Amino acid sequence: MTLANPSDFNGSLQPQGWLKYFSFSLDHKVIGLQYLVCGFIFYLIGGALAGVIRTELASPISDFVSRETYNEVLTLHGTVMIFLWIVPVVNGAFGNYLIPFYVGARDMAFPRLNAVAFWLIPPAGILLISSYFIAGAAAQSGWTAYPPLSLTTPAAGQVVWILSVLLLGGSSIFGGINFIATVLKLRRPGLKLMQLPMYCWAMLGTSILVVLSTPVLAGTLILLSFDIIAHTGFFNPALGGNVVVYQHLFWFYSHPAVYIMVLPAFGLVSEILPVHARKPLFGYTTMVYSIMAIVFLGLIVWAHHMFTSGTPPWMRLFFTIATSFIAVPTGIKFFNWLATLWGGKIALNSAMLFSCAFIVNFVFGGITGVALAQVPFDIHVHDTYFVVGHFHYIVYGGTVFVIFGSLYHWYPKFTGRMLNEDLGRLHFLLTFIGFNLCFAPQHWLGLNGMPRRVAEYDPAFTTLNQISSVGALLMAISTLPLLINVVLTAINGKVAGDNPWNALTPEWLTSSPPPVENWLGEAPLVTEPYGYGQKQEVTP
Amino acid sequence: MTSTAPLQDTSTSLHGDTPVVAGGHGDFRLFGLATFLVADGMTFAGFFAAYLTFRAVNPLPEGGNYELELLLPTINTVVLIISSFTFHRAGKECRGGNLGASRLWLAITAALGAAFLAGQMVEYFSLPFSLTDNLFASTFYALTGFHGLHVTLGVICITIVALQTRAGGRISASDHFGLEAAELYWHFVDGIWVVLYGILYLL
Ligand code: HEM
Ligand SMILES: [Cu+2]
Repeated sequence: MTLANPSDFNGSLQPQGWLKYFSFSLDHKVIGLQYLVCGFIFYLIGGALAGVIRTELASPISDFVSRETYNEVLTLHGTVMIFLWIVPVVNGAFGNYLIPFYVGARDMAFPRLNAVAFWLIPPAGILLISSYFIAGAAAQSGWTAYPPLSLTTPAAGQVVWILSVLLLGGSSIFGGINFIATVLKLRRPGLKLMQLPMYCWAMLGTSILVVLSTPVLAGTLILLSFDIIAHTGFFNPALGGNVVVYQHLFWFYSHPAVYIMVLPAFGLVSEILPVHARKPLFGYTTMVYSIMAIVFLGLIVWAHHMFTSGTPPWMRLFFTIATSFIAVPTGIKFFNWLATLWGGKIALNSAMLFSCAFIVNFVFGGITGVALAQVPFDIHVHDTYFVVGHFHYIVYGGTVFVIFGSLYHWYPKFTGRMLNEDLGRLHFLLTFIGFNLCFAPQHWLGLNGMPRRVAEYDPAFTTLNQISSVGALLMAISTLPLLINVVLTAINGKVAGDNPWNALTPEWLTSSPPPVENWLGEAPLVTEPYGYGQKQEVTP
Repeated sequence: MTSTAPLQDTSTSLHGDTPVVAGGHGDFRLFGLATFLVADGMTFAGFFAAYLTFRAVNPLPEGGNYELELLLPTINTVVLIISSFTFHRAGKECRGGNLGASRLWLAITAALGAAFLAGQMVEYFSLPFSLTDNLFASTFYALTGFHGLHVTLGVICITIVALQTRAGGRISASDHFGLEAAELYWHFVDGIWVVLYGILYLL
């Protein structure tokens, strides 16, 4: 992680052209795109697994895959989507690409550490998925790996699962350290913290969460692997252990993990909205404070996942109140985004469609979240499809929508070419309809009592499940226009120019794609990244 | 609005011909290490929390309440605390340009670290319980073992740094990042031990 003599890895020794994306590059832009493409491949894999799940659930009787396979597919799906798609892409890909531009630097603070963080991911992902073949069985206990289930299902797959999650956690921590150092220490002289684009703040908050919570998950999983391999009894009630301690430690990471997935998305949306509405980001200062409030509250609310685990009443009360409080900073951000759009000259292009849909989806997921924080309600719907519907509105309707929006917004910067808008709008339409068809009915399923993580269900639930499966099919189809778009555009897309959106943030003040050290001359000093709609505004 | 005021050195010039350490920004590698140690400390915090909860809610099995022998771990604690001071001394000598003296203090520090590990081994072999006996035993070995791993890594790093202080090595009076990093890490490991000692042996 030393900065001394990085030129060994660059210049003549470094492959040029597209080959550089397959090498140990130190350029933050190359690493960012490596994260993006790698993550997208895992998204396709995770999506195929979701396809298996929804096919199985299209009929009430288990006939498509066996129950063991269903559990393996469910576990792999959750793990792949969280640890190999959302977290790496929304942090690693966009963070690496944008943060150095935003702080006015030529690269991240620790380029070599950065490359190591990325290159941990493909092996970990391959390890995870190949556990299905090499270990004879993949992990079956869901992405939460709750004991004693994870202690009684086949051990080999579970151990491989733990190992790959540990590698991915390490990657995440290295990334987090790098972002913190870059934002706090590598700013161009003269650039103040309160002048940074909002995504920097979001990544700073996210990285604080990563650094504080991921190690706890790592420690927990190490103890769990002792239980499996060495037959210790930390979490094994049969040996005097305590499963609730596992849950506490697990959710101390995994609740903040929700914000590790969604705070960067908040940041990205805050970059996209002002550009396409031609208005300054409303309430910059409150946005910053609300991010930090979310970081703090996010760290102390984990036990709302454990209301049915025998937690004492005072704990339930505390965690209900603390959780409900998160609605305040989140609501502030929501109204700030609305105020940013209010009266703006809105261009409803694909980037904007995805971003606005994010706001809608996220509000819905947020409201069901506040409902879930209330103990009596949670006890009613715990471990039902209501929960599945809720968190997919957050992770898919929130984060994945933003990832797509960001792709349309920054693709011209990545490649120098524009994505096709018609295909983009088709992609949006299919995704939006498919998403809501797929996950909205799950709330009713849950309210009526359909449990999650089951391969067979009461035939009374058939219709809603079939609607949900049709939605999933639409979502699968929706990736086609996206893939076609990217391939066609790469061949003969419209040339974008340096700044197709007339944006003011620093990444647009250089060529597209940018040169190796980001700017040919000095890094520009951008102190008002959102100064739209002021005197000498130029309309695109 | 956007201005492009020319500035002297804004670059971290990572891709140019001249290797510049951290451009005009000062060295923030120690900052990075400190951030990492916060993360590492959180791993221990998780372990401590688990241990304390186990103690609070899971009663030990009949006749399983082992009184830990205090003498050896206390000596070990003193050894580690002294080693923090000897390392500090090594850093001071290095910055003052006395690389030879620095090397000597580093060697003493590494020896103290090794003595700690030896003490831990002796303790392990004399304990009346083993890893899988009960919850308390498992947590005891997990905590002390994880810390012992950190000490081992520290001893290795100190040895490497000591070797680097020899003439023509990478450490000099003006360039001693490796030494400072090892020192920060070592103080961290010592601090964790003091907490661990308090929780595990005294509580
Ligand atoms: C592509 C569309 C997707 C579909 C159709 C889909 C469908 C499903 C279904 C049916 C389940 C089973 C729920 C259960 O029985 O408990 C599930 C679980 C899950 N999904 Fe998705 N999902 C999709 C995308 C995503 C994404 C993008 C994420 C990203 C975070 C994600 C994360 C999860 C998680 C964490 C679980 C829980 C797994 C478990 O309980 O162990 N899904 N998904
Ligand atoms: Cu939560």
